[in-house]
Amino acid sequence: MIEETKTAPISTGIKGKYELVIGLEVHAQLLTNSKMYTSDSTAYGNLPNTNISVLTLGHPGTLPKVNKRAVEFAIRMGLACNCEITRRNIFSRKNYFYPDLPKGYQITQDKGPICVGGEVPITLGNGENKTVTLNRIHMEEDAGKSMHLAGETDTLVDFNRAGVPLIEIVTEPDMRSSEEAYQFLTEIKKLVRYLDICDGNMEEGSLRCDANISIMPKGSKTLGKKVEVKNMNSFRNVARAIEHEFDRQILLYENGEDIVSETRTFDATSGTTSSMRTKEDLNDYRYFPEPDLSPVVVSEEWLENIQNELPPLPRELFEKFVRDYDLPTYDAGVLTDSKEIALYFEALCQATQNYKAASNWLMGPVKSYLNELTLHIDDFPIKPEGIASLILLVDEGKVSFSVASQKIYPEMLKSAGRSPLEIAQSLNLIQDSDEDSIKPIIEQVLEESSGKVAEYRAGKKGLLGMFMGQVMKRSKGKADPKVANKILIELLEK
Amino acid sequence: MEKFRSFDEIKKSLQNGDTSCKAIVNHYLENIQTKAHLNAFVEVYTQSALEKAEEIDKKLSTGKAGKLAGMVLGIKDVLCYQGHEANASSKILSGFESQFTATAIQRLIDEDAIIIGRLNCDEFGMGSSNENSVHGNTLNAADEGRVPGGSSGGSAVAVQANLCTASLGTDTGGSVRQPAAFTGTVGIKPTYSRVSRWGLIAYASSFDTIGVFSNNVKDNAMVLETMAGPDDYDSTSSKKPVPNYSELLHFDKRAKIACLKETMHSDALQDEIKQHTLDILDKLREEGHQVEEVDFPLLTYVLPTYYILTTAEASSNLSRFDGVKYGYRTPNAHNLESMYKLTRSEGFGEEVKRRIMLGTFVLSASYYDAYFTKAQKVRRMIKEFTENLLNKFDYIVMPTTPSVAFRFGEHRDDPVAMYLEDLFTVQASVSGVPAISIPNGNDSNGLPIGLQIMANSFKEADLYAFANYLMDLKSSN
Repeated sequence: MIEETKTAPISTGIKGKYELVIGLEVHAQLLTNSKMYTSDSTAYGNLPNTNISVLTLGHPGTLPKVNKRAVEFAIRMGLACNCEITRRNIFSRKNYFYPDLPKGYQITQDKGPICVGGEVPITLGNGENKTVTLNRIHMEEDAGKSMHLAGETDTLVDFNRAGVPLIEIVTEPDMRSSEEAYQFLTEIKKLVRYLDICDGNMEEGSLRCDANISIMPKGSKTLGKKVEVKNMNSFRNVARAIEHEFDRQILLYENGEDIVSETRTFDATSGTTSSMRTKEDLNDYRYFPEPDLSPVVVSEEWLENIQNELPPLPRELFEKFVRDYDLPTYDAGVLTDSKEIALYFEALCQATQNYKAASNWLMGPVKSYLNELTLHIDDFPIKPEGIASLILLVDEGKVSFSVASQKIYPEMLKSAGRSPLEIAQSLNLIQDSDEDSIKPIIEQVLEESSGKVAEYRAGKKGLLGMFMGQVMKRSKGKADPKVANKILIELLEK
Repeated sequence: MEKFRSFDEIKKSLQNGDTSCKAIVNHYLENIQTKAHLNAFVEVYTQSALEKAEEIDKKLSTGKAGKLAGMVLGIKDVLCYQGHEANASSKILSGFESQFTATAIQRLIDEDAIIIGRLNCDEFGMGSSNENSVHGNTLNAADEGRVPGGSSGGSAVAVQANLCTASLGTDTGGSVRQPAAFTGTVGIKPTYSRVSRWGLIAYASSFDTIGVFSNNVKDNAMVLETMAGPDDYDSTSSKKPVPNYSELLHFDKRAKIACLKETMHSDALQDEIKQHTLDILDKLREEGHQVEEVDFPLLTYVLPTYYILTTAEASSNLSRFDGVKYGYRTPNAHNLESMYKLTRSEGFGEEVKRRIMLGTFVLSASYYDAYFTKAQKVRRMIKEFTENLLNKFDYIVMPTTPSVAFRFGEHRDDPVAMYLEDLFTVQASVSGVPAISIPNGNDSNGLPIGLQIMANSFKEADLYAFANYLMDLKSSN
């Protein structure tokens, strides 16, 4: 049954009668060097069927072996989300036939996932905070990829990805809008990157998301029939799919039609979902405990080690930046968006006390340079100490911010290691804050435009900028604007 | 008198310079040829066995040979041996060549055992008669009209007919012990997890063990102690150290022996087997051992539990044989679904398909709790009962099988009658404890009778010592 429903827009009045209920299942591909149950490489982009062995191919007689590193990564995520960590982990087999599944079953966790419960705090656009409760995080292995090549009638299979470790993060049906889902995913992506366990790239499939969506009349306590939507390859598309489902399900409900519990696929071009399979022909996966793996026991010591090595988390840093550095929440949000930027900022704040200036430098000139050249902060040529001395130069009134950002900073980028003071001196940019040398210039400017001076004194205060411009021009930009401004007003008001 | 029936004899001849490994291999090769009609071997590694023999002869002359130099072994067709075919007696693995060697085999090779060939068995180890094999029936050398037992029928006959010194089989529910009983050989199923399963083509992972056939207890012990022990490739393998069983065969204690009432009074038990068993128990009493008959009320649950759990695991273990990656693929498919269906319908034999269907059924959502979950609970009960009993008693002694070797086709149309063959052997498999079958004379038709002894987990040394004592006791009669 393939249906294409292009839903008509639904009035907000009708929408207001319903509550949208969303639960997400997020798969994150772990950045381990070897696979979940074999020592085969997980390197991305190798030629098809080169990261394989008898184990990946499920040859008879082979047995899996748990990758401890992958377990550690799953625990990291669990600790970051405040989950309870299961101490005795057993694995299960999920049985189904598909050519990209070499053993005819996936080794996963069914009963007794490694992380139980937990929560992820999110912040919405309007500043409202909310906590999304997790049901579980469990470990499993990825499948291979079917390939349909041009000119080939047969389907080919690449098993390089088969067996790559995954964690699946399952939320409770906790979210009530597409924005909440979007913010949750953003937070998850941030977390996995901070924890160094996944590169969080949804377009490349290292982060994948399925959404369980249902509606219920406002005030109702019973959840409606849930529809699972798959194949959304960006956060934006997850939000679009949810919006579409909301409308589609309301329309069905309003028309007295049944909402079918089914799996639907999202089409990014049309922004709609269509049925993949209904519950009746759903697979019976026949889960049962994996007899080929002995239980993985998480000892107190191991858990403690992982806890101790946990990097700072984005939310912790956010709170620290607001609390200790007195930054606006906007700044703290931008700075903690990526772990590397946040760590750079932390280092910068060790070298300067002017945290707001540090934030402005990082969010402004530094980020725009990185964006322009699509560089990573790790490849940024200037050390935090360099930016700190640049801030100091401005704070001491030796150069203006505009001189610092437009003249000195570009030089620093070109020749990393040169001190900003040295650059300013060599380019003769140190500004003049000596009243005795600035005053004659101002006097000269005022003298030359006595008419304007009269207009100013008659009340046209807006001319101040024009006088300042003249003064700066005459001083070749070296006059300290603050000092010049002060003298200028003094002379004009005389 | 037949030559090379025991490894002690072989070692003595080698030491005296009366023979060489090459001569031993040639001797077995001749036997294999003469008795080819028994169909024990499905492939003989003539060339490589002879080369290996020459190599070991050289080592012997310089005193650098391993402890199994002179031992010639056959391996069951469910064990992986690099560069050699492994078919599990199934069409679905026709032409499949293994790319690695089972840990058990590698450890034997490392001690200079010679692998002479691959042995017939029931498909994927499923069967009690060796009649479910793509390679055809193996004949019992005691009566060629009768089955050798199964599933390791070829391995049993290879030892019975003196085609090799000892052989490897696998035992999931009796597949070593039952054919050992049918052929008058010694066959052990070690404790579950004692021998690495790496390289054993799985039937039921939580039951599968690699066992040994031999003519005497000492040879058996030597092979097992060599291949047993922890293995990085099998996370379920036990980390316990392995004693040298073959050096611990001396037995001089007063043993406490349990004999299970429900077993001895089973309707299925043939009179002559019962009598032979009672005789040996009497003799044990005469020798001053304590023999007690105890209740085993769970006997009726043993077979259903075994068949629910093993078929469930098998249905999943055999999913990988789908025609996509290796082995047989149907030429008749027109799309993916028909490739799966036809490949598996054409590739698997009847018994294997029956067990896959049974296992799929007991794992299905609607029946899972009624069958699989319940069977797991019963398994735990049987295991606890058996272990508790073996804490009170040193050994449990019973007949290995209720009947002697039956005729070909006798149980063809009655799978349940066939499953009853395993009645006495599955208890040890369900419980994971070690069990051995030793010859206990012949019935009036000259057909071998087996005696089964069970000991507690990892008590293989005690088991071998007692088995050895019993063999001596019988021959002293």
